Amino acid sequence: MTKPMTGAKMVVQALKDQGVEVVFGYPGGAVLPIYDEIFQQDDIRHVLVRHEQAAVHAAEGYARSTGKVGVALVTSGPGATNAVTGLTDALMDSIPIIVLSGQVPTFMIGNDAFQEADTVGITRPCTKHNWLVKETDALSGVIHEAFHVAASGRPGPVLIDIPKDVQFASGRYTQREKARLSRYQPQVKGDAETIAALAQAMATAKKPVIYSGGGVINSGNQASQLLRELVAETDFPITSTLMGLGAYPASGKNWLGMLGMHGLYEANLATHGCDLLINIGARFDDRITGRVDDFSPHSLKAHIDIDASSINKIVHVDLPILGDVANVLEDLLRIWRDQGSVTNREAVAKWWRQIEEWRAVECLKFSPSGKVIKPQHALSRLEALTKDHDRYITTEVGQHQMWAAQYIGFEAPNRWMTSGGLGTMGYGHPASIGVQMAHPDALVINVAGEASWLMNMQELGTAVQYRLPVKQFILNNERLGMVRQWQELLHGERYSHSWSEALPDFVKLAEAFGAKGIQCKDPDDLDDAIREMIEHPGPVIFDCLVEKHENCFPMIPSGEPHNKMLLANAETQGQITAPGAVLV
Amino acid sequence: MTLKIKKGTSKHSAYDLRNPNSSVSERHTLAVIVDNEAGVLARVIGLFSGRGYNIESLTVAEIDHTGHTSRITIVTTGTPAVIVQIKAQLGRIVPVHEVHDLTVEGPSVERELALFKVSGQGEKRVEALRLADVFRSRVVDSTLETFTFELTGSPQKIDAFADLMRPLGLKELARTGVAALSRG
Repeated sequence: MTKPMTGAKMVVQALKDQGVEVVFGYPGGAVLPIYDEIFQQDDIRHVLVRHEQAAVHAAEGYARSTGKVGVALVTSGPGATNAVTGLTDALMDSIPIIVLSGQVPTFMIGNDAFQEADTVGITRPCTKHNWLVKETDALSGVIHEAFHVAASGRPGPVLIDIPKDVQFASGRYTQREKARLSRYQPQVKGDAETIAALAQAMATAKKPVIYSGGGVINSGNQASQLLRELVAETDFPITSTLMGLGAYPASGKNWLGMLGMHGLYEANLATHGCDLLINIGARFDDRITGRVDDFSPHSLKAHIDIDASSINKIVHVDLPILGDVANVLEDLLRIWRDQGSVTNREAVAKWWRQIEEWRAVECLKFSPSGKVIKPQHALSRLEALTKDHDRYITTEVGQHQMWAAQYIGFEAPNRWMTSGGLGTMGYGHPASIGVQMAHPDALVINVAGEASWLMNMQELGTAVQYRLPVKQFILNNERLGMVRQWQELLHGERYSHSWSEALPDFVKLAEAFGAKGIQCKDPDDLDDAIREMIEHPGPVIFDCLVEKHENCFPMIPSGEPHNKMLLANAETQGQITAPGAVLV
Repeated sequence: MTLKIKKGTSKHSAYDLRNPNSSVSERHTLAVIVDNEAGVLARVIGLFSGRGYNIESLTVAEIDHTGHTSRITIVTTGTPAVIVQIKAQLGRIVPVHEVHDLTVEGPSVERELALFKVSGQGEKRVEALRLADVFRSRVVDSTLETFTFELTGSPQKIDAFADLMRPLGLKELARTGVAALSRG
């Protein structure tokens, strides 16, 4: 039995025992005892953000780039409500994070006390699980269980609400090894019979496609390794969701590029035309499927997922395999090899010839300009000049995000941090701070649009204070580009409130925060300016003035199937029909 | 007086958010074994309201005091695909230990308890008492103007008795919702 300690001390002790190195947070009245404990130790670093939403996104960036659990610490009331967007974002993208929130003392709960909010009530639907801890004796056990819940199964955000009197009171500390973890033990091993059936289907498939997702990355490096082995052994083409980029390398010869609404022509047509679709750790999101009843209409579908509720939720699959990706792929490869299975070489070669024809369309080509920087050109140059660096990319949400996914190649997992499911503008800047904290010597770039970036611009102060050399690569079109694009396609070019007439001077803004600002508007200056950004040892805002009316292509108009893609310079008017218009 | 005994399910729905044009709905009774901890019922109910599923009835009570487990019995309707989704969604709530679909896991018994306050005089009062006897209902309270009947049975039996009592002066009705167990 360890000697009694205060709840606040327990919090810090439990975080240490869980191997936490960094906490992103913002103090306030209801968490002062915990901040006092943080002050009196040196093992855990605390990063003071400028807004609680950013603390959660930074924890997400930290988690996504390391595979570890990210931690954020916020106060009660507004501290907790500001964390809600980040929690929802992490829930949608299956990011393991823990948010510790202060709460008014237990005897004041329900009294509408100062900075009181029903935090567990508010965050119940946007966390994987949450706890209100009313007894100090229970606190450390809950924290250990929270790490287990956040990281195992389908990862996700959890929240622990800790009233101030619980932080002050003394109680018994539960060692990490003694915590109760038994009640949450997701199934990781897939059904052997179904896996064998999949191996059989792989041997006979004539037009196979692997469609991988964020689940491969969440499953760990071994899963990515096994995925690469699977592709190498079968020679199957592979595409991926936005969240899954990097699990299979972009330079790999079987890579088709991203799938979905702004996915590549060859990836979408292959998915539409295949006879075997193997979904590995993805969830048939509506950005991927387009019109569901015409999604990959001729294929036998297999789905490997650790979350039973993802299977058969949107698309009916023939071979559902509930389990962890790495575990299932290991079994699949073993069965495949033990049986001495081979793919239908002749048919698959023919399939590849068809894919090469689609590839020849070169759906990402764009008309370059000598006068104005095209956003695609800016990202192509950013890719060319940074790909040999130890590089991590985060993004905000919108056109720039899709262009980044299209024009930047990811060779390894955990190198790409983006808000996929929730589509949170303002995610990328704080996420880049979280990534840089985890990888101090790496080149961390947030590809942003100016509108998204302004949503959490205050975090430049955090970057400067902690000397985090994050690069904010802003494609500035003075527009809400994706909104503008949809208004062009769908609303008769009536650009309702999709531009800003009062943008800041980003160079001066950077300087005001104590960072470096670079503006670039001439295509001829672009390479030098990007090099200057890379070489600067501190945080940089790169204000890249780009073509204002560029649209993001290719695009599947909403409500249409994959074979109805629009390529660049397509006639955009009237492409979205009335049923498609109600979709987002 | 003709007997209007409804066949099939109860119409008393807590949530009715479904598209009426969807394909054929089925009625399922689910038994969910959960840790008896703060907020667990809110998690289950929030799941149903947040994802637009129906709750026809829901009952909950602790069933193991030392093990701190409760049993939630939910009667819900949905297409077969929706029912499968509901079970999978329930299964991923952390304090949920088991989800049983009593409707598909073999024969089961369902019982509901209801209290009926019936006010009437003369022949109506006598008729109410007579019908209560037919239904094996007990009188748990009586005044010169009212009877309060207790009735246990399937939801259909409760519906039927309610329909009979309505013209005889049914003033108030309280139902517990369904409790169910698999047979054998």
